[in-house]
Amino acid sequence: MSNLPPLSFYVPEPAARPGQTNLFSSSSMPAAGDMRRPDPLEAEAGMRDLPFGLIRVLDDEGLAAGPWAPQLAPGRLRDGLRAMVLTRLFDDRLFRAHRQGKTSFYMKSSGEEAIGAAQSMVLAAGDMCFPTYRVMSWLHARNYPLVEMVNQIFSNEKDPLKGRQLPILFSARDYGFYSLSGNVGSRFGHAVGWAMASAYKGDDRIALAYIGEGTTAEGDFHEALTFASVYHAPCILCVTNNQWAISSYAGIAGGDETTFAAKAIAYGIPGLRVDGNDFLAVWAATAWAAERARANKGATLIELYTYRAGGHSTSDDPTKYRPADEAAHWPLGDPVERLKKHLITLREWDEDRHAALSVELDSAVRTAVKEGESVGTLGKSKPPVSEMFEGVFKEPDWRVVEQRRELGV
Amino acid sequence: MNDITSEEARIAPTPEREGDTARMNMIQAVNSAMDVMMARDDNVVVMGEDVGYFGGVFRATAGLQKKYGKTRVFDTPITECGIIGVAIGMGAYGLRPVPEIQFADYIYPALDQLVSEAARLRYRSAGEFIAPLTVRSPFGGGIFGGQTHSQSPESIFTHVSGLKTVIPATPYDAKGLLISCIEDNDPVIFFEPKRIYNGPFDGHWDRPAKNWSNHPGGEVPTGYYRIPLGKASVVREGDAVTILCYGTMVHVVADSVAESGVNAEIIDLRTLVPLDIDTIVESVKKTGRCMIVHEATRTQGFGSELSATVQERCFYHLEAPILRVTGFDTPYPHSLEWAYFPGPVRIGQALKEIMKDA
Repeated sequence: MSNLPPLSFYVPEPAARPGQTNLFSSSSMPAAGDMRRPDPLEAEAGMRDLPFGLIRVLDDEGLAAGPWAPQLAPGRLRDGLRAMVLTRLFDDRLFRAHRQGKTSFYMKSSGEEAIGAAQSMVLAAGDMCFPTYRVMSWLHARNYPLVEMVNQIFSNEKDPLKGRQLPILFSARDYGFYSLSGNVGSRFGHAVGWAMASAYKGDDRIALAYIGEGTTAEGDFHEALTFASVYHAPCILCVTNNQWAISSYAGIAGGDETTFAAKAIAYGIPGLRVDGNDFLAVWAATAWAAERARANKGATLIELYTYRAGGHSTSDDPTKYRPADEAAHWPLGDPVERLKKHLITLREWDEDRHAALSVELDSAVRTAVKEGESVGTLGKSKPPVSEMFEGVFKEPDWRVVEQRRELGV
Repeated sequence: MNDITSEEARIAPTPEREGDTARMNMIQAVNSAMDVMMARDDNVVVMGEDVGYFGGVFRATAGLQKKYGKTRVFDTPITECGIIGVAIGMGAYGLRPVPEIQFADYIYPALDQLVSEAARLRYRSAGEFIAPLTVRSPFGGGIFGGQTHSQSPESIFTHVSGLKTVIPATPYDAKGLLISCIEDNDPVIFFEPKRIYNGPFDGHWDRPAKNWSNHPGGEVPTGYYRIPLGKASVVREGDAVTILCYGTMVHVVADSVAESGVNAEIIDLRTLVPLDIDTIVESVKKTGRCMIVHEATRTQGFGSELSATVQERCFYHLEAPILRVTGFDTPYPHSLEWAYFPGPVRIGQALKEIMKDA
């Protein structure tokens, strides 16, 4: 026997479980405005402190501070707020629609609305986002028709995806929103390939991809970063670190010993760690990375540090694995409230206007849901069964033709 | 800039057969197909491990980088999942990628990309995005490749709806089929039987190797032509038994049939998906007997699908049980290669067996 103590197997645990309180004391929150902002065209080697900081712009008083403040016109800020409020109201109503049996499934993005909203507004119409199922704010910021979304969620006769896809797994090419799939992470490399193709064609379009912090453990994450690094692909690779992958906390994905942004260092691309609940910080970091990509300086990895305020999905009960009030203790607050406060501080917004906006958007959502319901909710209306056989190939081969005939459609 | 992102813009013009013919082996034919397609379409790009400067471990891409530049023919990091994932993204943009997987035995890391992404992209996006890629990969045994340089994993892919699977047996077919695959707007797995890269192999490993110079399939047009997907080739007409095969086995079967004196009809399927069902059914109804030969392991190999299909459609014409001669349900062995490989002895015995009541 050796005279060393026996080995012990280490399994990380989150700070708090149900019945306990998580004060997030271990996450040090740098103050807004503290992070330096290097020139986006600089060499990555001089930026290796960035992934360990946290880019924040909005301070507790609602003011924009420091070199990352993007100096946006109030109209843009109001557009962003609108997209975020819409996302939340849409989520709430469609979540209820699931409880009422109108759809089989739904996933909210509560607490993460700033991410898709800001990034969608920074990127150009011709750019392409390779989404996860939790960035619907991208579509809301681009005014994707609500009723189309509802029809997809209800899988009814007017579902743009012909009833083939689970609710919320949208595809909206004209809105720069790539086809979603249920398997996680597998589109991260598509974004890199898409960006390489744009560079190959001498085009000016860039790609943006999302992956959750839990999914950074998939090989797809590593492969995408390798290709992005090797070929200087003009893309922005984003990790939405919302602390939770269903019931597993970020430490199980490798987030305890380092940051997700710091993984960029190994690939020689800049890694930015950003307050994901700060619309201005998300905007500024994305604009920085987009400028770098468009200047042929290659990819950036952005960790969007946020909190999944709701359950994972309609099939999940988060009180079984984390404190019920954990979201209330989240030190980066609520992205909607923070942007609202900023606009009010700038005297470009007030409570009355906010209340009126909420009423207007809720009514728009309600109208869209009603319209979707008039077509039909889950099972009450379906695309024609013949649609099941379309689109396997460009032209159906004899097997599909024969099998379709088997069903008499 | 013309909009390459719309699917209609990607449909190739009606072809003419171009150029004279030349003697080519299968590697040269494959190389020529990529050369022709790259010259015709800027959106065709070739990518994979060692395919660029070096020209590929089998020389299939030799000279292409020099001719078309390193942005059209490029070396990739060693990650099959990454290669296919990136190729799908390029395809979604509007390119027509031709990724290479160095050996079919190494395609498994890319399975998620092929099964969950490439095969389903058109379907799940209702046609908004497509994956027009052609995945080339050397496959099959008979080269003492052992467990990880010999496999025939075609049935893994034929089982996936949304993927096409193509396997040529001659240089002429290899080029014409590969051009069709590259032009096809759906994802295709193109398996190249590496045992017959340099010459047809009849299974007689103890005899001198043959090359393509005397085989009619080695005469290949130098320019553009294509062989449609979904069309089998009747390589020998006969009325006694139908033998369904593809890849290296086409040549092993042909030699075995010649030795046996049985008047067999040999069908080289060429494309497994889409399958040329009409040619198969017509032949089996004529002969009343069906034998299936492939290198892949038997259980749930593509032969199972062929057997079930023939049984369903030709039942009342069958005069003997359908017979499968395949690799055994074991990993591909190294030193026991010729006991494993479905060679002339096993095929000869099977011919006797299926003809015994004739």
